[in-house]
Amino acid sequence: MNKTFEKLAPWLFVVVLFAVWEAACRLLAVPTVILPAPSVIFGAFQRFWGPIVSNSFVTLWTTMAGFGLSVAFGLFLGLVVGWSRAIYRGFYPVMIGFNSIPKVAVVPILVMWFGIGEVPAILTAFLISFFPIVVNVATGLATIEPELEDVLRALGASKLDVMRKVGIPRSMPYFFGSLKVAITLAFVGTVVSETVAANSGIGFLMSQAGANFQMPLVFAGLIALAFEGIIMYAATAWLEQRMTGWAFRSQGSAGN
Amino acid sequence: MIRLDQVSLAYAGRTGPVLALDGTSLSVGVGEFAAVVGPSGCGKSTLMKLVTGLIRPTSGSVSVDGAEVSGPVKIAGMAFQNANLLPWRTVTENILLPLEIVEPYRGQFRAKKDEYRARVENLLSIVGLRGFGDRFPWELSGGMQQRASLCRSLIHEPKLLMLDEPFAALDAFTREELWCVLRDVWQRLNFTVILVTHDLREAAFLADTIHVMSARPGRIIDTRKVDFARPRELDICYEPAFTDLVHVLRNKIAEVRKA
Repeated sequence: MNKTFEKLAPWLFVVVLFAVWEAACRLLAVPTVILPAPSVIFGAFQRFWGPIVSNSFVTLWTTMAGFGLSVAFGLFLGLVVGWSRAIYRGFYPVMIGFNSIPKVAVVPILVMWFGIGEVPAILTAFLISFFPIVVNVATGLATIEPELEDVLRALGASKLDVMRKVGIPRSMPYFFGSLKVAITLAFVGTVVSETVAANSGIGFLMSQAGANFQMPLVFAGLIALAFEGIIMYAATAWLEQRMTGWAFRSQGSAGN
Repeated sequence: MIRLDQVSLAYAGRTGPVLALDGTSLSVGVGEFAAVVGPSGCGKSTLMKLVTGLIRPTSGSVSVDGAEVSGPVKIAGMAFQNANLLPWRTVTENILLPLEIVEPYRGQFRAKKDEYRARVENLLSIVGLRGFGDRFPWELSGGMQQRASLCRSLIHEPKLLMLDEPFAALDAFTREELWCVLRDVWQRLNFTVILVTHDLREAAFLADTIHVMSARPGRIIDTRKVDFARPRELDICYEPAFTDLVHVLRNKIAEVRKA
């Protein structure tokens, strides 16, 4: 009984949320231009199904492209930075500085360079999401137990050996953990860029609809975004569980 | 086998240079079981790093197996207080790790993997872990992890085994059990051992020679031969000669702690 409730709870919560929203809109007679009721939004979904799906698809692939770039680059940079303390210390302030720039501010520059379209969206997604990957991979490498490194070095292991046998496998949970953060950020980056400068994508669709006071469509876009975000997050969480299950299981270890 | 001649080691601390070892001399023969005891912070772990070539002495000389140490010695196995097994590898794969690094095993690793696995199986049964090879480290108790760690330090048949308080984190019963495991492995495989420990009974039960170190900066201030007949049983821990030896060592250490 309790178990089934636990399983159903997330769905139940969503249903209740929408029910309360619907009821509030009707009882308080909230104008549709302020906050459309879920039923109205659903109507917009039906009416604009074609554009919503095609624009969602654009947002999805630009996000994935940016995310893919940031995985490749973040992994590479993380390995380089984690390799030695000197690089780590030299590079860190630059990274922090770069990361603290709000990426919306970069979009106009990207538009100047690449024009309006998917490229700025992909690059914004990339720029906003590679940082946590770099930091996590570097941290995983930098926190190898010194004793274990002694064991290996006393055997004549090179730095490369230590990294291959211990450092890299050890940083994998950090890496896959950071993917969950990165995918969410990449998605934010894409939508921000689409809202500012694009001619397709959910962000573009929403800003167009907003300009035309089509609030139901704006909210439909919002819900489409939430849906896509959940799917992508779930996919990376699944990947993490799949690839580094040992890191989760070892927390419940039998040993001292 | 091992000679330390007037070895000093200083390193840069936060408030200036710290002298960890000062004029330490020590020699350990081939196949000898040597224990090093002393108050905490006396530079015992520094001694281990010097012998394995992980650090170079500031002055004096360290030689292992007749040659001056100028880099990692490669003939040593090491085990520490923490088992430090890799959680993503099974016990067998953990024990195989040194063979993936040390030549000549490294070059033949793929070709001879089955042979090496058989060797792991053999070691596991010596330390009483038969059948646990396919488990993951976190499925094992602390004592079992330490047994596996011991196997890992022995798999490449090192001539020298360096142990840094390997049993310090275990409960008293498990510890005594592992003393016997170590005793048996040593008697079967005949390597040289340097055991760094706080536990005087452990040193007296296992070692041929016990070296007592002074407080920092560390020096060997006393060396005692332990001539209880081998093989030793745990019962000797309760014989007067044994308790006398432990008592003498205890007083020595109390003395240097005060000084």
